[in-house]
Amino acid sequence: MSNNIHLRRGLDIPLAGAAALKTCGVITPGTIALKPEDFKGIVPRLLVREGDKVLAGSPVLCDKQRPEILITAPVSGTVEAVVRGEKRKLLEVRIAPDAAREAVDFGAREASGLSGDEVRDLLLRSGLWVSLVQRPYGIVADPAVTPKAIFISAFNTAPLAANPEYVLGDQAEDIQAGVDALGKLTRGGVHLSLNEANYEGTPFHRIENVIQHVFSGKHPAGNVGVQISHIAPIRKGETVWTVSLLLTAAIGRLFRTGKVDLSRKVAVTGPVAKDPAYVDALPGIAMRDLSAFCDSTAGDVRFISGDALTGTNVGAEGFLGWFDNQVTLLHEGTEREVLGWAKPFRFGKFSATRTYLPNALPGKRYALDTNTNGGVRAFVVSDVYGKVLPMDIFPVYLTKACLAGDIDKMEKFGIYEVLPEDLALCEYVDPSKNEIQAIIQQGIDLMIKEMA
Amino acid sequence: MEDNKTTQPGLFEKGGKLGFLHSTVDAFDTFLRVPATVSRKGSHIRDIVDIKRVMIIVVIALIPAALFGMWNVGYQHNLAVGDTVTGFWGTFWYGFLKVLPLYIVSYVVGLGIEFTSAQIKGEEVNEGYLVSGFLIPLIVPVDVPLWMLALATAFAVLFGKEVFGGTGMNFLNPALLARAFLFFSYPSKMSGSEVWIALRKGETFVDGVTGATPLAHMSEGIAGIQGAGYDWWSLFAGTVPGSVGETSIIAILLGACLLIATGVASWKIMCSSVLGALCVGWLGTAFGVTDVPAWYQLLLGGFAFGTVFMATDPVTSAQTECGKWIYGFLVGALCITVRLFNPGYAEGMMLAILLMNTFAPLIDHCVVSASIARRAKKLRTV
Repeated sequence: MSNNIHLRRGLDIPLAGAAALKTCGVITPGTIALKPEDFKGIVPRLLVREGDKVLAGSPVLCDKQRPEILITAPVSGTVEAVVRGEKRKLLEVRIAPDAAREAVDFGAREASGLSGDEVRDLLLRSGLWVSLVQRPYGIVADPAVTPKAIFISAFNTAPLAANPEYVLGDQAEDIQAGVDALGKLTRGGVHLSLNEANYEGTPFHRIENVIQHVFSGKHPAGNVGVQISHIAPIRKGETVWTVSLLLTAAIGRLFRTGKVDLSRKVAVTGPVAKDPAYVDALPGIAMRDLSAFCDSTAGDVRFISGDALTGTNVGAEGFLGWFDNQVTLLHEGTEREVLGWAKPFRFGKFSATRTYLPNALPGKRYALDTNTNGGVRAFVVSDVYGKVLPMDIFPVYLTKACLAGDIDKMEKFGIYEVLPEDLALCEYVDPSKNEIQAIIQQGIDLMIKEMA
Repeated sequence: MEDNKTTQPGLFEKGGKLGFLHSTVDAFDTFLRVPATVSRKGSHIRDIVDIKRVMIIVVIALIPAALFGMWNVGYQHNLAVGDTVTGFWGTFWYGFLKVLPLYIVSYVVGLGIEFTSAQIKGEEVNEGYLVSGFLIPLIVPVDVPLWMLALATAFAVLFGKEVFGGTGMNFLNPALLARAFLFFSYPSKMSGSEVWIALRKGETFVDGVTGATPLAHMSEGIAGIQGAGYDWWSLFAGTVPGSVGETSIIAILLGACLLIATGVASWKIMCSSVLGALCVGWLGTAFGVTDVPAWYQLLLGGFAFGTVFMATDPVTSAQTECGKWIYGFLVGALCITVRLFNPGYAEGMMLAILLMNTFAPLIDHCVVSASIARRAKKLRTV
């Protein structure tokens, strides 16, 4: 690859529990939950009541400010419960699926023959609009804006991430249709980033009507934000959109069949997952339906929707996120190791630094847990963060600017280019155990408020 | 989690009977056992390295210098009083007993203040003082009165660190600040020829022994240094008078190897500091300011110790990678400049590092601004 962009900085965490490339069963969910919190930048308004019948594609929620942005049911059934939290904050809309599996018919269309407005209209009505994520800020895209370009990453380097060739390899036609549709929404084209290591092996390098980029390197090379910063960094005032490959396929299916079909293969992974593998499932399935994977001897288990670096702790009674196709099961590390910090060796534990012996045996996978391995301190060490962030920014300076709430500095240090997920590895390696992702999110929230 | 609220807080937990001792108990507890805290937000898994680990590696790296320093204290004493019969262990024991009180004072005073201020602020106790407390006895003359050391330590911890918010917030190296306090407050105890060698009561120097450090002969040129009996090997091995831990280049190099191998200290700062020193040292000989060869400067005084253990302090050095090169170079260059042009006070390392500590934020500011400007330019042309 002559135009390969090689990223030298990064870190692949050798976490144990990668899913074997096999699908063991279909999850027939008892309950599907839609969680408004999955959709950043949306203030949800409820459009259904308990007991209402919905079809796959029927509106369930909309945005209060922009009511044309709908969130629709992923499955047909009955609205079972509306779960609210403190101050009546809407947490979940639970749907009991029926056996009929009916879907609203939006009418199959050839995406290449449509105008941008028609594509936008169909995406909004079907509820798939929310799969478009705007950068800066990582919020649901604004339909009134035409983005500079749309970016899709065709590979995922996050720990134990679902293998895109396995879960989407047979959906190349859907992805093609999705790309064609997305191309109508921007004048800058659709950018597709592929992994150099598997360029020939992936069916996605044959996707047409895209501007192809090839990346190599460790995590976070597969993060779309990192890719954008190397392809065309986001300037102040610019807007780009990103879509996951998974949802590009769902968009393509909408155009090809006229139906909302969010079914996906979900990788159940993690050190305490028994026989980690894939399941056929839907977004919003209950973690309880995956309990067969949970090693009962492992003690307290954390159920994470997403990967171990950026996922959400949903709990054993929680539900899979709308954007996620991975579940990570981790042991809650509440055991207290005696003099852990002083030992020369700590077998079975991994450090990205060279402060422990032996340092990362090649090929060895580690059963990491959720212990922070230390108390929170001020930033002391200065050179560990840059080593895992292949972007042209100073992560600690940006984090401190976010902590200080200094808009000018945040702008200078590149707040427009990052989402918390891009600095997840900085948080992982931080010896001072600061919550860097939360701090960045707090900075982004402040930007949204101040720049509105 | 809900039912936790209804249970009584433990004896030392916040709200418990002795809850006000929370910070202290927590410090000892987490010292013995890794805390049971799990990640709440963000990344669910975290690296096993923490600040305790980083600090303990620096302490381990200092051990060779400390052990050699103890032996050397005894050795210098034997030389000074003409004792030729005391064996290796006896010599070491003499030095150990002389240095031990320095350590006790340094840790009791420093940790006392650290614990008290953590208690007052209700925060966890920082580990930073583990290193500072180990460094302070190694950079003072062995004969320093203990009350002076206590005062200097208290000053360094309070005004060098705690007023800024503790470890990570300070801009001056606390250990060096303690030494600077001693130097400026009690100059008679920190320079001259008598302070570097520990004598028992009633003992006097035998004829021919001056007790002066090699650096004191700096102004007399290379002939002066060698004439006083300090050849390059004795300087390299460290069998010369000086601050407790700074004399042996071999012991310091051992520590440097560990620091670089573990990645705890920046090799960039060490390299550039040596480069800076060689540069100015060479200029000094080229313009006839001195006839001491540039490489000799690396062996003298506190240069090596400062370069490896003090200049590389991650909090007070430059934070940016490019800034580290500039910072290190200037530390080395300034140190030798002070040596060459200030005959009154030949040891330039302390002042060089403290001055560069002050300028490190400025260096970082320039590096970061340049990077931002470059980025802005790149963005305009994209």
